[in-house]
Amino acid sequence: MTFLQFAFYFFASVLVFAAAMVVTIRNPVKSALFLVLAFFSAACVWITLQAEFLAIVLVLVYVGAVMVLFLFVVMMLDINIAELRAGFTRYLPVGGVVAVLLVVEIVFVLARTFSPQQFANPPSHAADYSNTRELGELLYTTYVYPFEIAAFILLVAIIAAIALTMRARAPRKRIDPVRQVQTRREDRLRIVKMKSASRTAHRDQQDDAS
Amino acid sequence: MNFASLNAAAARAEIFLAVAACAILLLGVYGDQARRAARCYGLSLVALVIAALLNGLDFSAANGSAFNHMFIADPMAKLLKIAICVLSAAAFVYGRQYNRHRGIFESEYYVLGLFAVTGMLVMASANHLLTLYLGLELMSLCLYAMIAYYRDDRLATEAAMKYFVLGALASSMLLYGMSLLYGFTGSLQLSVISSVLTADAATAAQPQAAIALAVVFIVVALAFKLGVAPFHMWVPDVYHGAPTSTTAFLSAAPKIAAFAITMRLIVGGLNALPDIWQQMLILLALLSVAIGNIIAIAQRNLKRMLAYSTVAHMGFFLFGIASGNAPGYSAALFYVLIYALMGLGAFGVILMLARPEYEADQLADLKGLSKRNPWLAFLLLLLMLSMAGLPPTVGFFAKLAVIHALVQSGLLWVAVLAVLLAVIGAFYYLRVIKLVYFDQPPSADPATAAQTTTTITEGDIAVSPAAILLLSCNVLAIIALLPWIHYLIAICNEVIRRFAV
Amino acid sequence: MREYFFWLTAWLPHNLQVTMWVLTKIVAILAPLMLCVAYFTFAERKLIGYMQIRVGPNRVGPRGWLQPIADALKLMMKEIIIPSRANRFLFLTAPLLSLGPALAAWAVIPFSDGLVLADIDAGLLYILALTSMGVYGVLVAGWASNSKYAFLGAMRCAAQIVAYEIAMGFALVGVLMVAGSLNLRDIVLGQSGSMLHWYWLPLLPLLVVYFIAGVAETNRAPFDVAEGESEIVAGFHVEYSGMAFAVFFLAEYANMILIAALTVLMFFGGWLPPLEVAPFTWLPPLMWFGVKTSLVAFLFLWFRATFPRYRYDQIMRLGWKVLIPITLLWIVVLGMVKFYTPIGVWFA
Repeated sequence: MTFLQFAFYFFASVLVFAAAMVVTIRNPVKSALFLVLAFFSAACVWITLQAEFLAIVLVLVYVGAVMVLFLFVVMMLDINIAELRAGFTRYLPVGGVVAVLLVVEIVFVLARTFSPQQFANPPSHAADYSNTRELGELLYTTYVYPFEIAAFILLVAIIAAIALTMRARAPRKRIDPVRQVQTRREDRLRIVKMKSASRTAHRDQQDDAS
Repeated sequence: MNFASLNAAAARAEIFLAVAACAILLLGVYGDQARRAARCYGLSLVALVIAALLNGLDFSAANGSAFNHMFIADPMAKLLKIAICVLSAAAFVYGRQYNRHRGIFESEYYVLGLFAVTGMLVMASANHLLTLYLGLELMSLCLYAMIAYYRDDRLATEAAMKYFVLGALASSMLLYGMSLLYGFTGSLQLSVISSVLTADAATAAQPQAAIALAVVFIVVALAFKLGVAPFHMWVPDVYHGAPTSTTAFLSAAPKIAAFAITMRLIVGGLNALPDIWQQMLILLALLSVAIGNIIAIAQRNLKRMLAYSTVAHMGFFLFGIASGNAPGYSAALFYVLIYALMGLGAFGVILMLARPEYEADQLADLKGLSKRNPWLAFLLLLLMLSMAGLPPTVGFFAKLAVIHALVQSGLLWVAVLAVLLAVIGAFYYLRVIKLVYFDQPPSADPATAAQTTTTITEGDIAVSPAAILLLSCNVLAIIALLPWIHYLIAICNEVIRRFAV
Repeated sequence: MREYFFWLTAWLPHNLQVTMWVLTKIVAILAPLMLCVAYFTFAERKLIGYMQIRVGPNRVGPRGWLQPIADALKLMMKEIIIPSRANRFLFLTAPLLSLGPALAAWAVIPFSDGLVLADIDAGLLYILALTSMGVYGVLVAGWASNSKYAFLGAMRCAAQIVAYEIAMGFALVGVLMVAGSLNLRDIVLGQSGSMLHWYWLPLLPLLVVYFIAGVAETNRAPFDVAEGESEIVAGFHVEYSGMAFAVFFLAEYANMILIAALTVLMFFGGWLPPLEVAPFTWLPPLMWFGVKTSLVAFLFLWFRATFPRYRYDQIMRLGWKVLIPITLLWIVVLGMVKFYTPIGVWFA
């Protein structure tokens, strides 16, 4: 076994283990953390396939941003997993049978038609091959149309999320930082010139008060 | 590769609409609350009309493609796109007052609508599995949000959630089928897939069982998206729960887009394997015509009843596709266009009847409508006759064309069953007419008076005359198109003849 | 150097030799880094002391020079207290999750031409990916501590880092547009010439945004709401003591130096001297890199001594509504300038 094969099997088994833990573990926060591990292992597997750009972007986008928000929400919500799993055992037999049937069918059909030998190995690239450039060129020329549509889908997701959750409550009290920063001493502080009270006047006041 | 070789001008309607939606989104942020929604609404209508014109200008031009054959511009795409834009604009007009009363007359609602239309346009001229899927998702995502837009309504939220979960499931199945198809053919481009499959069928290179698996996933996913039985469960809940303005939108243009995606995928991509998908489609169509028509009878809610009627109509148009020949496709195209017109009109009538705090969506609400509002009652009469497929309307000719195509392709027993089920369906349409014309209006007893009579009988002052005018044109078209019916069918035939594979 | 090492270890199998050589290089980077971190904390206390007109630490060793060593010893001796009902495993993993990315990012930093552990193609992305992972340490620490203050700190940190990471990423997009490469060495070499060829000039807005985002990413004043000692005691690491706390501390300072080094690499010409003429070229490139990094790192300390802490909503506002639009706008401007104007040749 070469080092590359060892790395592949190592990361692949970590990936499978983490993925299994994501769905079986009870605590949703831990489940999300295992998902992070799964993404990370997937990225490592991609690196062994020489797709370093995709691998790093997977870490950057999914691990670095998406899962942070995911964890953020999961931690905030304090989901009661027992409640979510209430009907689990009841539906397990039916779901299990359907799943097994599907798997058997798919394996039955695909095992006879697909085999790795059918497909030639892709040619390996020269050392100075940059798949970043390659991907960029494809995305912005051949696949520019679907790429832009995907961008619009993300935009729609943003619009929908904001439109569905943001409620403008009138009247809102909000601080305008620009004005806040621009306040000068004169706006807040007024220096009043007063004659210093004489001792007797002071005493008179005290008398009045009493 | 350079920019000119992308031939982006072919997709000018999509590009225009997407850019316009972004601009309207920005315009919707500035200005005072009341004015900006109205401004965005107006601009959305203008944008839709311009998009329709952009498609209509070179309607009879030769088939073109753009973006490395991911985008295809054939007459079918253009015809469908024009219909999508026009019907969506009409749905916006009908729903304006309704939205205003329910606090969902906001700029973002219309921006989402425009993006949904953009997604439909993308679907209409997709020649690549990727664009097909992305267009579908763009449309679906907007629709989920538009349903949930009535945030304070429990039913609307529930409907959006159901639609979202089932839609995501359907999308995943579609993706799975597509990935298998890609595995078998080595291409995502529909025309290449078609030619590879044709070549394979000739040499029997690929085992049928494997491809059938891919086709099953794709057909099931399409059935979910079309809402045909037995994958129709979401339809009544979504139609009922969604705000009626969104239901009207949902009932017209997305159906046309669904027709487009079915044509592109099944007829365009899998045309080499008719014997695999034909039986599936016939089964789906029969089931949905049966289930839709029979369960609709039991409904007390008008929106739910129309939802089941949609299931039945979707089944009917699938008959056209299932017949597997050009007249069948042409009949399906004609059917879906006519259905979109009728469905939009029906929900338009409900929208015109609705008042603040009053949805007008119970069948009982229609009792004696002819006395309260004779004109809307007459429009409803026309709609119901046409949906039932009775002779003096275009609905009849649409059904006739489909059944004719079925007979032509030798599926006589299917045609007989379809006719029988359509006759069953006529019952509940005619019941609506009975309620409207022959039942007494709800008595003025104090219990119901507070809710219904005061709000209904006060007349139509709240509805803008423009909306009524447009609705009248929409519905009267059902009769008025009759003299040109052969011309319309000829257009459909011609469009299908030039359908680009 | 490499030949010498291989000659010395010729009796080992080749694979082991390579591994040992890489390990040696890692140690050669991390050991000085740790020393820098230790004395960076000392510099911080001294400098802030001077800025506040006091002397700062001056008891341990001559003029207090052994203070960091004493601190380290103290922290090592202390007990690590694990709160009751805390998640023990995650509680102890969190500091490592924080330190790991902070150190791993140094793998692609070129200290001078060719002096780099891993000269990878997508170095810039690698840095971005790793710096974005540092937040897990904070998040996990806050959650595993089973404490309200720690949790609040973690939540603040997560939202803040996600917001500023976008601005940071976009700022770096500007850099890579101008340099035309994701490789850090190429980016530095693209700036060769003189001070005027460094990217700070054409990318001035991005430099400002990048540095602000960098300060926010490292949770330093004035963006240190995750710690917020006056509101939420010490935020995410309130429950940590002893070595576990020290590891967080190390990670924070290593990150600061990293951000300073990256700023130098991407905007201030890395190891290049300001002018390619005699007195400047006397200093070796490595020294130039060190000098510039120290100057930028000094800014972190200066900020801390000068600025009051931002309010949380102001942080969010600055991140989403000011920094991100600025970067987006400048990227568009850059693209226009690069491709459609005559001075675009200047960048190429």
